[in-house]
Amino acid sequence: MQADAVAAALAQAHRSEWAFVLSATVRVAGDLDVAEECAQEAYVSALQAWTRDGVPERPGAWLTTAARNKALDRLRREVTLRRKLPLLVEPATVDPHDPADLDWPDAAVPDDRLRLVFTCCHPTLAPEARVALTLRLVCGVPTPDVARAFLVSEPTMAARITRAKKKISEARIPYRVPGRAELPERLDSVLTAVHLLFSTGHTAGEGDALVREELCDRALHLARTLAALLPEQAETRGLLGLLLLTDARRATRTDEQGRLLLLADQDRTRWDQRAILEGLTVTAGALASGPPGRFTLQAAIAGVHAMAPSLEQTDWPRVVHLYDRLLAVWNTPVVALNRAAAVAFADGPAAALPLLDELATEPRLADYPYLPATRADLLRRLGDAAGAAQSYRRAMELTANAAERAFLEQRLAEVSRAAGAEPAPG
Amino acid sequence: MAKYAILIYEDQARYATMSPEAWGALVDAHSTFVKQVFELGGSLAGGEALAATTTATTIKGAGTVTDGPFVETKEALGGFYVVEARDLDHAVEIAKLCPAPFGGVEVRPVVDPTTNPF
Repeated sequence: MQADAVAAALAQAHRSEWAFVLSATVRVAGDLDVAEECAQEAYVSALQAWTRDGVPERPGAWLTTAARNKALDRLRREVTLRRKLPLLVEPATVDPHDPADLDWPDAAVPDDRLRLVFTCCHPTLAPEARVALTLRLVCGVPTPDVARAFLVSEPTMAARITRAKKKISEARIPYRVPGRAELPERLDSVLTAVHLLFSTGHTAGEGDALVREELCDRALHLARTLAALLPEQAETRGLLGLLLLTDARRATRTDEQGRLLLLADQDRTRWDQRAILEGLTVTAGALASGPPGRFTLQAAIAGVHAMAPSLEQTDWPRVVHLYDRLLAVWNTPVVALNRAAAVAFADGPAAALPLLDELATEPRLADYPYLPATRADLLRRLGDAAGAAQSYRRAMELTANAAERAFLEQRLAEVSRAAGAEPAPG
Repeated sequence: MAKYAILIYEDQARYATMSPEAWGALVDAHSTFVKQVFELGGSLAGGEALAATTTATTIKGAGTVTDGPFVETKEALGGFYVVEARDLDHAVEIAKLCPAPFGGVEVRPVVDPTTNPF
Protein backbone atom coordinates (compact mmCIF):
# COMPACT_ATOMS: atom_id res chain seq x y z
CA MET A 1 0.00 0.00 0.00
CA GLN A 2 1.28 3.46 -0.91
CA ALA A 3 2.62 5.26 2.14
CA ASP A 4 0.94 8.55 1.28
CA ALA A 5 -2.41 6.83 0.67
CA VAL A 6 -2.20 5.27 4.14
CA ALA A 7 -1.17 8.59 5.67
CA ALA A 8 -4.12 10.30 3.99
CA ALA A 9 -6.54 7.60 5.19
CA LEU A 10 -5.11 7.91 8.67
CA ALA A 11 -5.43 11.71 8.68
CA GLN A 12 -9.00 11.38 7.48
CA ALA A 13 -9.72 8.78 10.18
CA HIS A 14 -8.25 11.10 12.76
CA ARG A 15 -10.45 14.01 11.68
CA SER A 16 -13.68 12.08 11.43
CA GLU A 17 -13.30 9.13 13.83
CA TRP A 18 -11.19 10.38 16.73
CA ALA A 19 -14.14 11.20 19.00
CA PHE A 20 -15.71 7.84 18.18
CA VAL A 21 -12.51 5.90 18.97
CA LEU A 22 -11.70 7.80 22.16
CA SER A 23 -15.22 7.81 23.59
CA ALA A 24 -15.61 4.06 23.09
CA THR A 25 -12.21 3.45 24.69
CA VAL A 26 -13.04 5.57 27.74
CA ARG A 27 -15.72 3.06 28.64
CA VAL A 28 -13.15 0.27 28.79
CA ALA A 29 -10.28 2.23 30.31
CA GLY A 30 -12.41 4.06 32.86
CA ASP A 31 -9.89 6.89 32.73
CA LEU A 32 -9.61 9.77 30.26
CA ASP A 33 -5.80 9.91 30.16
CA VAL A 34 -5.38 6.18 29.69
CA ALA A 35 -8.07 6.15 27.01
CA GLU A 36 -6.33 9.01 25.20
CA GLU A 37 -3.00 7.20 25.23
CA CYS A 38 -4.59 3.98 23.99
CA ALA A 39 -6.40 5.81 21.19
CA GLN A 40 -3.15 7.49 20.16
CA GLU A 41 -1.32 4.15 20.20
CA ALA A 42 -4.08 2.67 18.01
CA TYR A 43 -3.47 5.36 15.39
CA VAL A 44 0.26 4.66 15.53
CA SER A 45 -0.18 0.91 15.08
CA ALA A 46 -2.66 1.57 12.26
CA LEU A 47 0.11 3.17 10.21
CA GLN A 48 2.05 -0.08 10.22
CA ALA A 49 -0.89 -2.45 9.90
CA TRP A 50 -2.61 -0.52 7.13
CA THR A 51 0.62 -0.19 5.14
CA ARG A 52 1.00 -3.97 5.38
CA ASP A 53 -2.63 -5.08 4.94
CA GLY A 54 -4.30 -2.11 3.30
CA VAL A 55 -6.80 0.37 4.74
CA PRO A 56 -9.68 -1.53 6.38
CA GLU A 57 -13.20 -1.08 5.14
CA ARG A 58 -14.29 0.62 8.35
CA PRO A 59 -11.24 2.45 9.70
CA GLY A 60 -13.15 3.77 12.71
CA ALA A 61 -14.17 0.29 13.84
CA TRP A 62 -10.61 -1.00 13.30
CA LEU A 63 -9.15 1.83 15.39
CA THR A 64 -11.77 1.43 18.13
CA THR A 65 -11.08 -2.29 18.45
CA ALA A 66 -7.34 -1.66 18.55
CA ALA A 67 -7.65 1.09 21.16
CA ARG A 68 -10.00 -0.92 23.34
CA ASN A 69 -7.71 -3.95 23.20
CA LYS A 70 -4.81 -1.78 24.29
CA ALA A 71 -6.90 -0.50 27.19
CA LEU A 72 -7.81 -4.07 28.20
CA ASP A 73 -4.16 -5.13 28.04
CA ARG A 74 -3.23 -2.29 30.30
CA LEU A 75 -5.96 -3.09 32.78
CA ARG A 76 -4.69 -6.67 32.97
CA ARG A 77 -1.08 -5.57 33.32
CA GLU A 78 -1.30 -2.55 35.56
CA VAL A 79 -2.96 -3.27 38.87
CA THR A 80 -2.21 0.30 39.91
CA LEU A 81 -4.72 1.53 37.38
CA ARG A 82 -7.50 -0.19 39.22
CA ARG A 83 -6.51 1.52 42.43
CA LYS A 84 -6.86 4.90 40.75
CA LEU A 85 -10.20 6.58 41.06
CA PRO A 86 -12.04 5.33 38.00
CA LEU A 87 -14.07 7.58 35.79
CA LEU A 88 -17.72 7.36 36.65
CA VAL A 89 -18.96 5.45 33.62
CA GLU A 90 -22.64 4.71 33.79
CA PRO A 91 -24.13 1.95 31.66
CA ALA A 92 -27.50 3.58 31.09
CA THR A 93 -28.96 7.05 31.32
CA VAL A 94 -32.57 6.14 31.95
CA ASP A 95 -33.91 7.65 35.15
CA PRO A 96 -36.63 5.27 36.34
CA HIS A 97 -38.21 8.11 38.35
CA ASP A 98 -38.60 10.30 35.29
CA PRO A 99 -41.50 9.11 33.10
CA ALA A 100 -40.26 11.28 30.24
CA ASP A 101 -37.07 9.24 30.15
CA LEU A 102 -38.90 6.06 29.36
CA ASP A 103 -39.82 7.15 25.85
CA TRP A 104 -36.34 8.50 25.26
CA PRO A 105 -35.28 6.57 22.16
CA ASP A 106 -32.11 4.51 22.50
CA ALA A 107 -31.74 5.73 26.06
CA ALA A 108 -29.74 2.67 26.99
CA VAL A 109 -27.25 3.02 24.16
CA PRO A 110 -26.62 6.66 23.33
CA ASP A 111 -23.63 7.32 21.13
CA ASP A 112 -20.45 7.34 23.21
CA ARG A 113 -19.40 10.54 21.49
CA LEU A 114 -22.32 12.25 23.21
CA ARG A 115 -21.14 11.06 26.61
CA LEU A 116 -17.72 12.47 25.83
CA VAL A 117 -18.98 15.85 24.67
CA PHE A 118 -21.43 16.24 27.57
CA THR A 119 -18.65 15.38 30.00
CA CYS A 120 -16.23 17.87 28.41
CA CYS A 121 -18.88 20.62 28.51
CA HIS A 122 -20.15 19.87 32.00
CA PRO A 123 -21.48 23.08 33.60
CA THR A 124 -19.35 22.53 36.72
CA LEU A 125 -16.21 23.06 34.59
CA ALA A 126 -14.98 26.57 33.77
CA PRO A 127 -16.23 27.74 30.34
CA GLU A 128 -12.69 28.11 28.96
CA ALA A 129 -11.88 24.60 30.20
CA ARG A 130 -14.97 23.22 28.43
CA VAL A 131 -13.87 24.59 25.08
CA ALA A 132 -10.27 23.44 25.58
CA LEU A 133 -11.33 19.94 26.65
CA THR A 134 -13.71 19.67 23.70
CA LEU A 135 -10.92 20.55 21.28
CA ARG A 136 -8.43 18.27 22.98
CA LEU A 137 -10.62 15.23 23.64
CA VAL A 138 -13.52 15.37 21.20
CA CYS A 139 -11.55 16.75 18.25
CA GLY A 140 -8.20 15.19 19.17
CA VAL A 141 -6.31 18.46 18.64
CA PRO A 142 -2.83 18.35 20.24
CA THR A 143 -2.39 20.60 23.30
CA PRO A 144 0.16 22.96 21.61
CA ASP A 145 -2.40 23.66 18.87
CA VAL A 146 -5.18 24.20 21.41
CA ALA A 147 -2.90 26.67 23.19
CA ARG A 148 -2.17 28.51 19.94
CA ALA A 149 -5.86 28.70 19.10
CA PHE A 150 -6.62 30.46 22.36
CA LEU A 151 -3.45 32.57 22.39
CA VAL A 152 -2.14 31.19 25.68
CA SER A 153 1.17 29.47 26.39
CA GLU A 154 1.42 25.72 26.07
CA PRO A 155 2.08 25.13 29.80
CA THR A 156 -0.95 27.27 30.68
CA MET A 157 -3.18 25.28 28.35
CA ALA A 158 -1.72 21.95 29.50
CA ALA A 159 -2.40 22.94 33.13
CA ARG A 160 -5.94 24.01 32.26
CA ILE A 161 -6.69 20.70 30.55
CA THR A 162 -5.06 18.63 33.30
CA ARG A 163 -6.99 20.47 36.00
CA ALA A 164 -10.29 19.92 34.20
CA LYS A 165 -9.59 16.21 33.69
CA LYS A 166 -8.69 15.89 37.36
CA LYS A 167 -11.92 17.52 38.40
CA ILE A 168 -13.86 15.12 36.18
CA SER A 169 -12.44 12.10 38.00
CA GLU A 170 -11.99 13.48 41.54
CA ALA A 171 -15.31 15.27 41.82
CA ARG A 172 -16.96 12.40 39.93
CA ILE A 173 -18.48 14.19 36.97
CA PRO A 174 -20.38 11.30 35.39
CA TYR A 175 -19.50 10.09 31.89
CA ARG A 176 -23.04 10.07 30.60
CA VAL A 177 -25.66 11.82 28.55
CA PRO A 178 -28.02 13.76 30.82
CA GLY A 179 -31.60 12.59 31.26
CA ARG A 180 -34.34 14.21 29.28
CA ALA A 181 -35.35 16.69 32.00
CA GLU A 182 -31.91 18.28 32.23
CA LEU A 183 -30.97 17.78 28.59
CA PRO A 184 -31.94 21.21 27.20
CA GLU A 185 -29.95 23.09 29.85
CA ARG A 186 -26.96 20.79 29.54
CA LEU A 187 -27.14 20.88 25.76
CA ASP A 188 -26.97 24.66 25.89
CA SER A 189 -23.59 24.39 27.61
CA VAL A 190 -22.37 22.07 24.82
CA LEU A 191 -23.70 24.27 22.02
CA THR A 192 -22.21 27.36 23.66
CA ALA A 193 -18.79 25.69 23.74
CA VAL A 194 -19.03 24.74 20.07
CA HIS A 195 -20.18 28.24 19.18
CA LEU A 196 -17.29 29.74 21.13
CA LEU A 197 -14.93 27.43 19.28
CA PHE A 198 -16.30 28.72 15.99
CA SER A 199 -16.25 32.38 17.06
CA THR A 200 -12.64 32.10 18.18
CA GLY A 201 -11.80 30.89 14.68
CA HIS A 202 -14.07 33.36 12.95
CA THR A 203 -12.91 36.53 14.73
CA ALA A 204 -10.58 38.19 12.29
CA GLY A 205 -7.13 39.54 12.93
CA GLU A 206 -6.06 37.59 15.99
CA GLY A 207 -3.67 34.70 15.73
CA ASP A 208 -2.64 32.42 12.90
CA ALA A 209 -5.12 32.36 9.98
CA LEU A 210 -4.67 28.63 9.37
CA VAL A 211 -5.27 27.74 13.01
CA ARG A 212 -8.42 29.86 12.89
CA GLU A 213 -9.75 28.16 9.75
CA GLU A 214 -9.09 24.81 11.38
CA LEU A 215 -11.14 25.91 14.42
CA CYS A 216 -14.09 26.88 12.23
CA ASP A 217 -13.93 23.53 10.44
CA ARG A 218 -13.74 21.62 13.73
CA ALA A 219 -16.69 23.56 15.14
CA LEU A 220 -18.74 22.92 11.99
CA HIS A 221 -17.93 19.23 12.13
CA LEU A 222 -18.98 19.11 15.80
CA ALA A 223 -22.21 20.96 15.06
CA ARG A 224 -22.95 18.48 12.28
CA THR A 225 -22.28 15.55 14.59
CA LEU A 226 -24.53 16.98 17.30
CA ALA A 227 -27.34 17.68 14.82
CA ALA A 228 -27.04 14.10 13.55
CA LEU A 229 -26.95 12.54 17.02
CA LEU A 230 -29.64 14.70 18.66
CA PRO A 231 -31.94 15.64 15.76
CA GLU A 232 -34.98 15.94 18.06
CA GLN A 233 -33.25 18.79 19.87
CA ALA A 234 -33.96 21.63 17.43
CA GLU A 235 -31.22 23.83 18.86
CA THR A 236 -28.55 21.45 17.52
CA ARG A 237 -29.85 22.23 14.04
CA GLY A 238 -30.16 25.90 14.97
CA LEU A 239 -26.46 25.98 15.83
CA LEU A 240 -25.50 24.12 12.65
CA GLY A 241 -27.58 26.58 10.60
CA LEU A 242 -25.99 29.55 12.37
CA LEU A 243 -22.46 28.28 11.80
CA LEU A 244 -23.12 27.42 8.13
CA LEU A 245 -24.67 30.81 7.40
CA THR A 246 -21.89 32.66 9.21
CA ASP A 247 -19.17 30.54 7.68
CA ALA A 248 -20.58 31.20 4.19
CA ARG A 249 -19.15 34.72 4.61
CA ARG A 250 -15.68 33.50 5.65
CA ALA A 251 -13.94 34.56 2.43
CA THR A 252 -15.29 38.10 2.65
CA ARG A 253 -14.76 38.85 6.36
CA THR A 254 -11.47 40.66 5.67
CA ASP A 255 -9.84 42.29 2.65
CA GLU A 256 -6.45 41.30 1.14
CA GLN A 257 -4.64 43.18 3.91
CA GLY A 258 -6.52 41.30 6.61
CA ARG A 259 -8.64 44.34 7.45
CA LEU A 260 -12.12 43.74 8.75
CA LEU A 261 -14.94 44.20 6.27
CA LEU A 262 -18.40 45.04 7.58
CA LEU A 263 -21.48 43.41 6.16
CA ALA A 264 -22.04 46.58 4.09
CA ASP A 265 -18.65 46.29 2.38
CA GLN A 266 -18.56 42.54 1.79
CA ASP A 267 -18.72 41.24 -1.78
CA ARG A 268 -21.89 39.18 -1.54
CA THR A 269 -21.19 37.41 -4.82
CA ARG A 270 -18.30 35.67 -3.07
CA TRP A 271 -20.48 34.24 -0.31
CA ASP A 272 -20.56 30.45 -0.36
CA GLN A 273 -23.97 29.74 -1.91
CA ARG A 274 -23.85 26.04 -1.12
CA ALA A 275 -23.28 26.72 2.58
CA ILE A 276 -26.07 29.31 2.51
CA LEU A 277 -28.51 26.90 0.91
CA GLU A 278 -27.70 24.18 3.42
CA GLY A 279 -27.78 26.67 6.30
CA LEU A 280 -31.20 27.98 5.27
CA THR A 281 -32.60 24.46 4.91
CA VAL A 282 -31.29 23.36 8.30
CA THR A 283 -32.53 26.56 9.95
CA ALA A 284 -35.98 26.25 8.40
CA GLY A 285 -36.20 22.74 9.82
CA ALA A 286 -35.22 23.96 13.28
CA LEU A 287 -37.75 26.83 13.11
CA ALA A 288 -40.50 24.39 12.19
CA SER A 289 -39.82 22.23 15.28
CA GLY A 290 -41.60 24.35 17.86
CA PRO A 291 -40.68 27.49 19.81
CA PRO A 292 -37.18 28.41 18.61
CA GLY A 293 -34.24 28.75 20.99
CA ARG A 294 -31.44 31.30 20.85
CA PHE A 295 -29.24 29.50 18.32
CA THR A 296 -32.16 28.89 15.95
CA LEU A 297 -33.19 32.56 16.15
CA GLN A 298 -29.64 33.74 15.53
CA ALA A 299 -29.51 31.38 12.56
CA ALA A 300 -32.77 32.88 11.28
CA ILE A 301 -31.24 36.37 11.51
CA ALA A 302 -28.10 35.20 9.69
CA GLY A 303 -30.47 33.68 7.11
CA VAL A 304 -32.17 37.03 6.41
CA HIS A 305 -28.73 38.58 5.79
CA ALA A 306 -27.67 35.66 3.61
CA MET A 307 -30.70 36.08 1.36
CA ALA A 308 -30.45 39.87 1.01
CA PRO A 309 -28.93 41.17 -2.25
CA SER A 310 -27.43 44.15 -0.39
CA LEU A 311 -27.35 45.78 3.02
CA GLU A 312 -30.03 48.29 1.96
CA GLN A 313 -32.28 45.62 0.49
CA THR A 314 -32.18 43.54 3.67
CA ASP A 315 -35.56 42.79 5.27
CA TRP A 316 -34.71 44.91 8.33
CA PRO A 317 -38.21 44.81 9.90
CA ARG A 318 -37.91 41.02 9.88
CA VAL A 319 -34.45 41.25 11.47
CA VAL A 320 -35.84 43.51 14.23
CA HIS A 321 -38.74 41.11 14.75
CA LEU A 322 -36.33 38.18 15.10
CA TYR A 323 -34.22 40.16 17.57
CA ASP A 324 -37.39 40.85 19.60
CA ARG A 325 -37.99 37.11 19.78
CA LEU A 326 -34.33 36.48 20.59
CA LEU A 327 -34.48 38.98 23.47
CA ALA A 328 -37.50 37.12 24.84
CA VAL A 329 -35.50 33.87 25.19
CA TRP A 330 -32.01 35.32 25.69
CA ASN A 331 -32.08 38.75 27.26
CA THR A 332 -28.49 40.02 27.17
CA PRO A 333 -27.20 43.56 26.60
CA VAL A 334 -25.25 42.39 23.53
CA VAL A 335 -28.46 41.12 21.90
CA ALA A 336 -30.15 44.41 22.80
CA LEU A 337 -27.26 46.28 21.15
CA ASN A 338 -27.54 44.20 17.99
CA ARG A 339 -31.25 44.83 17.95
CA ALA A 340 -30.62 48.59 18.22
CA ALA A 341 -28.28 48.37 15.21
CA ALA A 342 -31.06 46.63 13.26
CA VAL A 343 -33.58 49.28 14.33
CA ALA A 344 -31.20 51.90 12.89
CA PHE A 345 -31.63 50.29 9.48
CA ALA A 346 -35.34 49.57 9.79
CA ASP A 347 -36.42 52.96 11.21
CA GLY A 348 -33.39 55.20 10.73
CA PRO A 349 -30.38 56.03 12.96
CA ALA A 350 -32.32 58.61 14.97
CA ALA A 351 -34.73 55.92 16.18
CA ALA A 352 -31.88 53.80 17.48
CA LEU A 353 -29.96 56.46 19.42
CA PRO A 354 -32.29 56.41 22.48
CA LEU A 355 -31.86 52.61 22.62
CA LEU A 356 -28.09 53.07 22.82
CA ASP A 357 -28.54 55.68 25.55
CA GLU A 358 -30.36 53.08 27.62
CA LEU A 359 -27.56 50.58 27.08
CA ALA A 360 -24.89 53.12 28.04
CA THR A 361 -25.72 52.57 31.72
CA GLU A 362 -25.39 48.78 31.39
CA PRO A 363 -22.31 47.78 33.41
CA ARG A 364 -21.77 44.62 31.34
CA LEU A 365 -21.21 46.79 28.25
CA ALA A 366 -18.86 49.26 29.97
CA ASP A 367 -15.79 47.84 28.17
CA TYR A 368 -17.57 46.58 25.08
CA PRO A 369 -16.07 48.24 21.98
CA TYR A 370 -19.12 47.57 19.79
CA LEU A 371 -21.27 49.93 21.87
CA PRO A 372 -19.26 53.11 21.05
CA ALA A 373 -18.57 51.70 17.56
CA THR A 374 -22.32 51.38 16.91
CA ARG A 375 -22.98 54.85 18.31
CA ALA A 376 -20.20 56.25 16.12
CA ASP A 377 -21.76 54.66 13.07
CA LEU A 378 -25.22 56.10 13.85
CA LEU A 379 -23.79 59.60 14.44
CA ARG A 380 -21.79 59.37 11.23
CA ARG A 381 -24.92 58.49 9.29
CA LEU A 382 -26.76 61.38 10.96
CA GLY A 383 -23.99 63.76 9.85
CA ASP A 384 -22.65 64.44 13.37
CA ALA A 385 -18.96 64.09 12.45
CA ALA A 386 -17.59 65.42 15.73
CA GLY A 387 -19.77 63.11 17.86
CA ALA A 388 -18.90 60.17 15.61
CA ALA A 389 -15.16 60.88 15.91
CA GLN A 390 -15.40 60.92 19.69
CA SER A 391 -17.16 57.54 19.75
CA TYR A 392 -14.73 56.00 17.23
CA ARG A 393 -11.86 57.01 19.52
CA ARG A 394 -13.58 55.41 22.50
CA ALA A 395 -14.15 52.19 20.54
CA MET A 396 -10.48 52.14 19.50
CA GLU A 397 -9.42 52.37 23.13
CA LEU A 398 -11.49 49.32 23.95
CA THR A 399 -10.77 46.89 21.12
CA ALA A 400 -7.93 44.38 21.34
CA ASN A 401 -8.37 43.18 17.78
CA ALA A 402 -5.89 44.61 15.24
CA ALA A 403 -8.24 44.25 12.25
CA GLU A 404 -11.03 46.01 14.12
CA ARG A 405 -8.76 48.81 15.27
CA ALA A 406 -7.54 49.36 11.70
CA PHE A 407 -11.15 49.58 10.56
CA LEU A 408 -12.09 52.09 13.28
CA GLU A 409 -9.01 54.17 12.48
CA GLN A 410 -10.04 54.37 8.85
CA ARG A 411 -13.58 55.45 9.79
CA LEU A 412 -12.21 58.01 12.24
CA ALA A 413 -10.06 59.49 9.47
CA GLU A 414 -13.13 59.72 7.20
CA VAL A 415 -15.33 61.53 9.70
CA SER A 416 -12.45 63.76 10.78
CA ARG A 417 -12.01 64.83 7.15
CA ALA A 418 -15.76 65.39 6.90
CA ALA A 419 -15.61 67.60 9.98
CA GLY A 420 -12.83 69.56 8.30
CA ALA A 421 -10.36 68.71 11.01
CA GLU A 422 -7.08 66.87 11.03
CA PRO A 423 -7.42 63.32 12.26
CA ALA A 424 -6.64 63.31 15.94
CA PRO A 425 -3.86 61.02 17.08
CA GLY A 426 -5.27 57.60 18.03
CA MET B 1 -22.04 6.65 46.27
CA ALA B 2 -19.43 9.23 47.13
CA LYS B 3 -19.14 11.75 49.92
CA TYR B 4 -19.35 15.47 49.28
CA ALA B 5 -19.07 18.36 51.73
CA ILE B 6 -21.55 21.18 51.26
CA LEU B 7 -19.88 24.25 52.73
CA ILE B 8 -22.18 27.15 53.57
CA TYR B 9 -20.70 30.61 53.04
CA GLU B 10 -22.81 33.55 54.13
CA ASP B 11 -22.67 37.17 55.20
CA GLN B 12 -22.64 36.75 58.96
CA ALA B 13 -23.65 40.34 59.67
CA ARG B 14 -27.09 39.44 58.31
CA TYR B 15 -27.52 36.79 61.00
CA ALA B 16 -26.70 39.29 63.75
CA THR B 17 -29.63 41.50 62.76
CA MET B 18 -32.11 38.69 62.14
CA SER B 19 -35.55 38.60 63.83
CA PRO B 20 -36.39 35.55 66.00
CA GLU B 21 -39.13 34.61 63.48
CA ALA B 22 -36.68 34.69 60.58
CA TRP B 23 -34.25 32.56 62.60
CA GLY B 24 -36.99 30.05 63.33
CA ALA B 25 -37.91 29.91 59.64
CA LEU B 26 -34.28 29.24 58.74
CA VAL B 27 -33.99 26.40 61.25
CA ASP B 28 -37.16 24.91 59.72
CA ALA B 29 -35.65 25.30 56.26
CA HIS B 30 -32.63 23.28 57.34
CA SER B 31 -34.88 20.54 58.76
CA THR B 32 -36.71 20.43 55.44
CA PHE B 33 -33.40 20.25 53.58
CA VAL B 34 -32.29 17.23 55.61
CA LYS B 35 -35.51 15.45 54.64
CA GLN B 36 -35.01 16.42 51.00
CA VAL B 37 -31.52 14.91 50.93
CA PHE B 38 -33.06 11.49 51.56
CA GLU B 39 -36.00 12.11 49.23
CA LEU B 40 -33.53 12.79 46.43
CA GLY B 41 -31.85 9.45 47.03
CA GLY B 42 -28.87 10.81 48.92
CA SER B 43 -28.00 10.45 52.55
CA LEU B 44 -26.53 12.59 55.28
CA ALA B 45 -23.14 11.67 56.75
CA GLY B 46 -22.72 14.67 59.04
CA GLY B 47 -22.93 18.41 59.39
CA GLU B 48 -22.72 21.20 61.91
CA ALA B 49 -23.51 24.88 62.27
CA LEU B 50 -20.55 27.03 63.34
CA ALA B 51 -20.49 30.00 65.73
CA ALA B 52 -19.68 33.48 64.38
CA THR B 53 -16.19 34.14 63.01
CA THR B 54 -15.77 36.70 65.83
CA THR B 55 -15.38 33.69 68.16
CA ALA B 56 -12.72 32.06 65.97
CA THR B 57 -9.09 31.57 66.92
CA THR B 58 -6.43 31.04 64.27
CA ILE B 59 -3.11 29.27 64.67
CA LYS B 60 -0.66 29.82 61.82
CA GLY B 61 2.81 28.61 61.03
CA ALA B 62 4.95 28.09 64.12
CA GLY B 63 2.08 28.19 66.55
CA THR B 64 1.27 31.91 66.44
CA VAL B 65 -2.19 32.26 67.91
CA THR B 66 -4.38 35.12 66.74
CA ASP B 67 -7.96 36.21 67.24
CA GLY B 68 -10.31 35.84 64.28
CA PRO B 69 -10.86 33.54 61.28
CA PHE B 70 -8.08 32.20 59.00
CA VAL B 71 -9.19 34.47 56.18
CA GLU B 72 -11.20 37.62 56.81
CA THR B 73 -14.02 37.72 54.26
CA LYS B 74 -17.51 39.21 54.12
CA GLU B 75 -19.00 35.81 53.40
CA ALA B 76 -17.52 33.27 55.77
CA LEU B 77 -17.88 29.56 56.37
CA GLY B 78 -20.81 29.28 58.74
CA GLY B 79 -21.66 25.60 58.61
CA PHE B 80 -21.44 22.43 56.56
CA TYR B 81 -23.10 19.17 55.64
CA VAL B 82 -21.49 15.96 54.48
CA VAL B 83 -23.77 14.12 52.09
CA GLU B 84 -23.53 10.89 50.14
CA ALA B 85 -24.44 11.26 46.48
CA ARG B 86 -24.11 9.21 43.30
CA ASP B 87 -21.97 11.72 41.42
CA LEU B 88 -21.35 15.43 41.10
CA ASP B 89 -24.64 16.00 39.25
CA HIS B 90 -26.51 14.40 42.14
CA ALA B 91 -24.50 16.32 44.75
CA VAL B 92 -25.19 19.61 42.97
CA GLU B 93 -28.88 18.76 42.72
CA ILE B 94 -28.91 18.26 46.51
CA ALA B 95 -26.75 21.29 47.29
CA LYS B 96 -29.06 23.56 45.28
CA LEU B 97 -31.69 22.95 47.97
CA CYS B 98 -29.39 23.77 50.89
CA PRO B 99 -30.58 26.98 52.61
CA ALA B 100 -28.04 29.82 52.32
CA PRO B 101 -30.14 32.98 52.07
CA PHE B 102 -27.23 35.37 52.70
CA GLY B 103 -24.63 33.79 50.45
CA GLY B 104 -24.17 30.44 48.79
CA VAL B 105 -22.73 26.97 49.12
CA GLU B 106 -19.62 25.24 47.81
CA VAL B 107 -19.60 21.54 46.95
CA ARG B 108 -16.31 19.69 47.52
CA PRO B 109 -15.62 15.99 47.10
CA VAL B 110 -14.47 14.26 50.29
CA VAL B 111 -11.37 12.16 49.61
CA ASP B 112 -9.84 9.02 50.94
CA PRO B 113 -6.56 10.29 52.48
CA THR B 114 -4.68 6.97 52.21
CA THR B 115 -3.52 8.04 48.73
CA ASN B 116 -2.53 11.63 48.01
CA PRO B 117 -5.33 13.03 45.86
CA PHE B 118 -3.37 16.18 44.94
